[in-house]
Amino acid sequence: MHSIFPLVCFWAFAIVATGAALAVITLRNSVHAVLALVLTFFSTACIWLLLQAEFLAIALVVVYVGAVMVLFLFVVMMLDIKMEPLRERFIKYAPLGLVVAAIMLIEMLGIIGVRTMDVRPGPNPAGVSNTAWLGQALFTRFLLPFEIAALILTVGLVAAVVLAARTRTDKKHQNPSQQVRVTAAQRVRLVKMRAETGAETPLPREPQA
Amino acid sequence: MIPLAYYIVFATVLFCIAVTGMFLNRKNVIVLLMCIELMLLAVNTNFVAFSRFIGDPAGQVFVFFILTVAAAESAIGLAILVLLFRNRGTVNVAEIDSLKD
Repeated sequence: MHSIFPLVCFWAFAIVATGAALAVITLRNSVHAVLALVLTFFSTACIWLLLQAEFLAIALVVVYVGAVMVLFLFVVMMLDIKMEPLRERFIKYAPLGLVVAAIMLIEMLGIIGVRTMDVRPGPNPAGVSNTAWLGQALFTRFLLPFEIAALILTVGLVAAVVLAARTRTDKKHQNPSQQVRVTAAQRVRLVKMRAETGAETPLPREPQA
Repeated sequence: MIPLAYYIVFATVLFCIAVTGMFLNRKNVIVLLMCIELMLLAVNTNFVAFSRFIGDPAGQVFVFFILTVAAAESAIGLAILVLLFRNRGTVNVAEIDSLKD
């Protein structure tokens, strides 16, 4: 009972993930496809939990299901895409795709072979949780790649904003370089005019009592 | 305990499904992006499985970096997709051929 339970869980999650992945590539509606992809990610995160990779499983749910897939949903719902012309040659490429996938599957399973069927997991790292185990490696051996990953995220953020942001022409804004280069002649305009004498347009006097 | 081969075969099946999806939906950029995500997921599953069975955290650290880069990639890819749709009015790969001229 104790040893069969993880196996049952694995089969359940694997079947759900595979079915959802099949739904991703066959569903006509893009929104449904994205939702099926969310289910795939979630089931795979459960399989990662069975592998005792808790941190990455939660990260997958938070980062992928929570952020990236919502971004996908936003884009798919925002764009008004006509799906019909995109599906017209669906049947034409189906046999080719299936043949290529079947050959790849057979080849990969041949590489994996039957010997790996017997491999048992090594001892769990003693005394530390998965997160601590991962963190110790991440902040010692892999510190530089970690910093580079942060840089990549920043670049991705800036690039996405620069690409997708529309520059408005009607907004009012300051131009700092023009402000710095301003000269006195642009600020004050001296106008030469005749001095007032006061005689031509006398002020109306108030009647004296 | 579940043998290693179960995880690898699962990842292989997932990867092959993604390849099939690329052939089936080769005109729709959105589905192509989703198939790439599926492939990365399959590869990540392999990494996690081997990391667990070897007992080396390097594999899981690598998955961490793959997740980071894939998040940036999909953000930029979707931004490009929005630009493409705004300028061309389509996401059909067959119609995006202006570099050919």
